[in-house]
Amino acid sequence: MKFDTIIIGGGLAGLTAGIDLSRKGQRCLIVSSGQSALHFFSGSLELCSLDEDPFKAISSLGEDHPYTKIGYDNIIRYSEAVQPWFKEVGIDFVGEHGKNHWRITPLGGFKRAWLTLDEYANIPSDGTMPWKKVALLNIDGFLDFHTSYIAAGLAERGVETMVKGISMPELDRLRENPTEMRSTNIAKTFAGDLIGALAARINEYAKDVDAVLMPAVVGLTGSTDVHRLKEMVVRPLHFLPTLPPSVPGIRIQMMLKNRFQKLGGTYMLGDSVVSGEFENGRLKSICTNNHGAVKFEADNFILATGNFFSKGLTSTVDGVREPIFGLDVDSLEVRAEWYRRNMFEAQPYMNFGVSTDGCLRAMKDRKPVENLYAAGSVLSGCNSLKEGSGAGVAIISALHVSESILKK
Amino acid sequence: MEKNKIDTSFEQCMKCTVCTVYCPVVAVNPNYPGPKQAGPDGERYRLKNPLFYDEALDLCLNCKRCEVACPSNVKIGDIIQSARLKYGNNKPKLRDYILANTDIMGSLATTMAPVVNFTLGLKPVKAVMDGVLAVDHHRTFPKYAGQKFETWFKRHALKKQEAYERKVSYFHGCYANYNHPKLAKDFVKIMNAIGYGVNLLEKEKCCGVALISNGFKDQATRQAELNLGSIRKAVARGEKVLTTSSTCTFTMRDEYEHILGLHNEDVRDSINLATKFIYELVDAGQVKLVFKDDYTRRIAYHTPCHMEKLGWAIYSTSMLKMIPGVDFVMLDSQCCGIAGTYGFKKEHYNDSQKIGQNLFRQIHDYAVDMVATDCETCKWQIEMSAGVTVENPISIIADALDVEATIKANRK
Repeated sequence: MKFDTIIIGGGLAGLTAGIDLSRKGQRCLIVSSGQSALHFFSGSLELCSLDEDPFKAISSLGEDHPYTKIGYDNIIRYSEAVQPWFKEVGIDFVGEHGKNHWRITPLGGFKRAWLTLDEYANIPSDGTMPWKKVALLNIDGFLDFHTSYIAAGLAERGVETMVKGISMPELDRLRENPTEMRSTNIAKTFAGDLIGALAARINEYAKDVDAVLMPAVVGLTGSTDVHRLKEMVVRPLHFLPTLPPSVPGIRIQMMLKNRFQKLGGTYMLGDSVVSGEFENGRLKSICTNNHGAVKFEADNFILATGNFFSKGLTSTVDGVREPIFGLDVDSLEVRAEWYRRNMFEAQPYMNFGVSTDGCLRAMKDRKPVENLYAAGSVLSGCNSLKEGSGAGVAIISALHVSESILKK
Repeated sequence: MEKNKIDTSFEQCMKCTVCTVYCPVVAVNPNYPGPKQAGPDGERYRLKNPLFYDEALDLCLNCKRCEVACPSNVKIGDIIQSARLKYGNNKPKLRDYILANTDIMGSLATTMAPVVNFTLGLKPVKAVMDGVLAVDHHRTFPKYAGQKFETWFKRHALKKQEAYERKVSYFHGCYANYNHPKLAKDFVKIMNAIGYGVNLLEKEKCCGVALISNGFKDQATRQAELNLGSIRKAVARGEKVLTTSSTCTFTMRDEYEHILGLHNEDVRDSINLATKFIYELVDAGQVKLVFKDDYTRRIAYHTPCHMEKLGWAIYSTSMLKMIPGVDFVMLDSQCCGIAGTYGFKKEHYNDSQKIGQNLFRQIHDYAVDMVATDCETCKWQIEMSAGVTVENPISIIADALDVEATIKANRK
């Protein structure tokens, strides 16, 4: 079976590249072994959070960082396209292009973010709180949202909170089984006709406050219910992220996937690439677990398999490997140097990843594979957790790789 | 020593709960603990003490969508099915025996097809079946054919197959044999047109999927061994074994090993879905299909759960897209709710229909002439609940095929 480009990995990086290439007329295949890290999405995209100005932060990164390889001017250009790009898919992000704002974490912390979903709470970059008094609501019995932590975080910044629990008879059936009282199951209930009743319950607590904050448990399959609810609530309503799974993350994954398929792309879920056939410094074809001897050929390939979490990288006592093709990996030889004793310090293993040349082509036996690019968190040289750069590296590297392929 | 034999692959689960997001049962029935709890989490307890087994695991419809979604490659569905067979205390009922024994019921029913079809359609009979057997009275039963495919094949097609140098074996399955021989005849028609002769297996029993899901493990194992024996003989003759049902294919390739613990690795790659086999021939330029000019239909494809797990929908959909007159629509991949015998049972009927709601609505919204799908029970469910004709892609290709022109194009 022949494609123009085959993308291994169906998360944010893989789908971004897949949509961009398909939009420009390429026939693409995405092979995804299970669902992606978008299921843990915070509601915000980070570009680089080391400074209030994300671009200033980017320009100070080391020469091995994927951003440095992509180049400052390119990053400016790609980043300007991100907001409209998502809007076209039906996902609205807000944020100032050159300035990070603050997002609220599920545990009441404040972290820098570049773009945040318009239904979420966000705090201006100077830290001025937009509200004096808020109603902080939770769903009774929902254990993945911790109002006391969040209330404490808000109190530190001088915001008075009124914490209330919402209970509705429609949720009783869910409450029978505590393990299934999850954000996504609540969101399946809070849809369609029930939105009006939910708004009425929220409004009971909304009168004397500046805003209402509640967990993101509405809008699993689309944002219509989110907008309806916001309209019906008498005060500004903002969502806060829950512990996983992430309702808006799943919606974004689904919308991106649908967009890719509408553009003619083929998305194979639950399948993994097991081998590749190399010839004269090029990757010729791949084979997958489900399709046995069938060879999937393409002119170009993109490796967007993620980090250790999604098995884009694997580690054993002997070292760190890229498990599909055995590509060169940047890591440390002595295992004791992989970790720092203090868990909250920057961990060296976070920087491990596939070696690439200046064009993000993957290296194999110290030579770049001519038509195999790497994108997203499989790339070496960045600590997305410490830098706040995970989504940014995924999107920007995917757009860069896509452009390189189209320029050929 | 025994300890080392315990399958601990559930340890790969990192509790991310992605599987529960895609479980069709969790979405409609809160009594089901969900795939994470029922699978890897529960397994840890059950290994300590079988008393931790929860009868609510019977609510699992074995769609395997949890496994497809899992980012850590945990065989969640297999863990749940194996636990049901190992620890389940609910003795199978007479109803389960009747639903699971497709061969016995099929043989009896085809000999008296008009009577059986008429009787099963009668309201009082449905009421009795509902009351006595707990087979839900809303359910429309698939019609039985007057003549089994095997009988037709031996009388009308067997001799002709000698003319072909290249041969494949055909595992027709119960449905094509007893209920819908047209599908099997369509398969023979296409294979002959592209220059392949068709052999039946020396012996064939139901693949056993319904026996497994109804708790008849020993009988399922006996039938699986008999099928594997016949398949080995066909493979030894140099023949691939083709099927026209995604579930039979999936069961023989994966469940025989994962659930029944049988060795099938020697023949696994030779068990193939007909659309995949034909697609690969066309893709490699070894075979040509010529279609009629006047075949025009708007067709939507529904991905059966076991087809999703196989990952092979791309072959059936690519084949349908080859037909020039087909206006193709892809439906979202989601469970239709029937899951074989699951949706026939009174205790599951409501869940079954609720699960399929979104699919039925989407089919209705697309206003298609027909739905294509590779699974017979999905066909029953969709025909009954969405009121639209459902055909196997093989039947659609056979109807659209210009047989004479195809024979000519493939003559060497």
